[in-house]
Amino acid sequence: MAQAPALPRGFELPLKQRLPRIGSIDQVAVEARAGELAKRSIKREAKVWALELAIRCCDLTTLEGQDTPGKVAALCSKAVRPDPTDPCVPSVAAVCVYPNLVPVAVERLRGSGVKVASVATAFPSGQSPLDVKLREVEDAVSMGADEVDMVIDRGAFLSGRYAAVYDEIVRVKEACGDAHLKVILEVAELGTYDNVRRASLLAMAAGADFIKTSTGKLPGAATLPVHLVMLEAIRDVFEETGRRVGMKPAGGIRTSKNAIQYLVQVHETLGPDWLTRDLYRIGASSLLNDILMQLRKEKTGAYQSKDYFTND
Amino acid sequence: MTDLAKQSNAPVPAGWTYAPAPESTEIVALRDRYGLYVGGEWIDAHDRYTTIAPRDESPLAEVGQASAADVGAAVQAARDAFPRWAQLAPGERAKYLFRIARILAERSREFAVLESLNGGKPIKESRDVDLPLASAHFFYYAGWADKLEYAFPNRSPRPIGVAGQIIPWNFPLLMLAWKIAPALAAGNTVVLKPAETTPLTALLFCDVLRQAELPAGVVNVVTGDGSTGAALVDADVDKIAFTGSTEVGKAIQRRVAGSGKKLTLELGGKAANIVFDDCALDQAVEGIVNGIYFNQGHVCCAGSRLFVQESIAEPLVEKLKRRMATLRVGDPLDKNTDVGAINSRMQLEKIEELVQSGRDEGAEIYQPPCRLPERGYWFAPTVFTNVAQSYRIAQEEIFGPVLSVLTFRTPDEAVEKANNTPYGLSAGVWTEKGSRILWMAERLRAGVVWANTFNRFDPTSPFGGYKESGFGREGGLHGLEPYLSFDGAETFGG
Repeated sequence: MAQAPALPRGFELPLKQRLPRIGSIDQVAVEARAGELAKRSIKREAKVWALELAIRCCDLTTLEGQDTPGKVAALCSKAVRPDPTDPCVPSVAAVCVYPNLVPVAVERLRGSGVKVASVATAFPSGQSPLDVKLREVEDAVSMGADEVDMVIDRGAFLSGRYAAVYDEIVRVKEACGDAHLKVILEVAELGTYDNVRRASLLAMAAGADFIKTSTGKLPGAATLPVHLVMLEAIRDVFEETGRRVGMKPAGGIRTSKNAIQYLVQVHETLGPDWLTRDLYRIGASSLLNDILMQLRKEKTGAYQSKDYFTND
Repeated sequence: MTDLAKQSNAPVPAGWTYAPAPESTEIVALRDRYGLYVGGEWIDAHDRYTTIAPRDESPLAEVGQASAADVGAAVQAARDAFPRWAQLAPGERAKYLFRIARILAERSREFAVLESLNGGKPIKESRDVDLPLASAHFFYYAGWADKLEYAFPNRSPRPIGVAGQIIPWNFPLLMLAWKIAPALAAGNTVVLKPAETTPLTALLFCDVLRQAELPAGVVNVVTGDGSTGAALVDADVDKIAFTGSTEVGKAIQRRVAGSGKKLTLELGGKAANIVFDDCALDQAVEGIVNGIYFNQGHVCCAGSRLFVQESIAEPLVEKLKRRMATLRVGDPLDKNTDVGAINSRMQLEKIEELVQSGRDEGAEIYQPPCRLPERGYWFAPTVFTNVAQSYRIAQEEIFGPVLSVLTFRTPDEAVEKANNTPYGLSAGVWTEKGSRILWMAERLRAGVVWANTFNRFDPTSPFGGYKESGFGREGGLHGLEPYLSFDGAETFGG
């Protein structure tokens, strides 16, 4: 691979006066700001609104070696109708599975409006040859995946071969065709907020439709400060190019309260335009039941036992 | 499936409006009428006035307007309490201070609500900044009370007597803590005069003193307007500690000249917040916002002059304006409020007058669209661009949510412009370059220089000004010195 350029090649950002550099992140300050935003007090109708939005934006996920068609089918039913007792509860945005299970999900979700997302590119490590990764993407798409969640090559990124990372994303994007591409940065392996920002810009420049924090396979997945850093990168790209890139935190978001904190960040960083499933997703598995429980509490005034919510 | 498909495609309701999240005021039990706290008792003042809530101008309570005679009685009570307090075993003094710190922490919600009610600052700030810091100051100075010999080795520190302390309205309880904690730790007794517009937390604090069983007369509180403050300056005290405007500070200095009273002054500021082009941009924007809109800009060390390196001026100002549009201005007691009410009508008029001068002089004004409540005192967050160094808004302390943006080209120019002011309380430097931070800090003539942060306080860190921002230090070891006398040595500012 050619020597890594200081700035990614093919970058559409006019890197002239406006963004004179990739920029850096001050760790203390970004964590303080994320902490401040996390203290917003979201009550009553504002809370119900946020919880329903969180469901609409949810990518209901199962990515286990033990996944079976039965398990995925159950998850799909939940995705379409999260709370069978309450028709007001919307469907989630997508179901996210391994490529082998895409056909099952496609079958179960047909006509429901819920999308099928497939991980690919040797998820979760990304440590496979490029042609294998591309083939995996093509297969997932041909089996009916609407969205592809790829991982970046962290080995290349951390050794400074940014061009290799960039090229790979470009190729995967081509292989996706019409399918939407979400690029997983796996922030827990990037080590610094500076790297998170750099990887975010790189992925967006290479054509990502969404940038996503994590595979969910590592501890220290999505965090509020990392999320904020990525939102700010998205905002900078929008300001410079007018292009709206989506955001997907994934891994570790298990409670309604936590989900609302993420939505508050989006609301106050990117604005209301991003509060839609077209531009915002939350990758989660256990979050949904907690939201359903909170919604029912808001509607009935009382918490109900976990036994009233299905484990899928 | 078709009905489901339809349902999931149903339009999402537009916009997300945070529902009001008001902190309940029930936790605060206000009396209708307060007297003066003298010698551990409540006594009636010769006159009274009504203190209000700036958020809606509603009356909160009647408080005493202390006359010179009232102040004299308070000073006498402090004088009477002094010998026993000064001779108390230092470890015993520490116990009282620890107790006060703990009670403040325990009752922090009550105090936070009252602080926001009477002063207008957002509850999130009184809850997260004022109260924890006030309590921390008492904790910190409690630790020094029995270690003064070690704090000033070979200097034989002794208490000075009765301290008259006059505090401002921007951080009523925190300034009280800054004043009272070191004074008591050093073995002095105190007469405190809270600001005219914000007496209530100081009066509630008297309740804490009783709860802590502090000996009668060690702390006395006299409320009132400027005349009460003047009476305290003229009274038979050994030291005056004043925080407030430079104008009043100068008057006090003239009055105590030749009287032998020790004096410390913490006065105004017009801090430079200097942003270099290699800073972390979004975090710098947060720091700028925190620097000037924190506490509605009612901060003596507020970063009211923003110096931006010209190469990033345009994107930075755009980011700043966008960020300002997300500031939530409104009810101080709403937990989501970022910018609360202006403290008083007088202050509001002063801000309006200076902002008008900025317009008249040709600066470009920006205020984000925000709906201000009809009642009460409000001013939208404001930024001026195209400001020249000579404009009044770049020279005078506005003490409101008003920022003036100036530009510079080189570090030398930044230093020169930043120091080109009669004030020198604080400054901020934003750069990712460590060496430049040190280079700047050496050259900026300001008591505090923050690097990649702003408006951050800690009881261990001394605070105070250069030039017309005052003299003497509060906080840290330095903060004890003005409350002690030393054999054969004259203290700073004495």
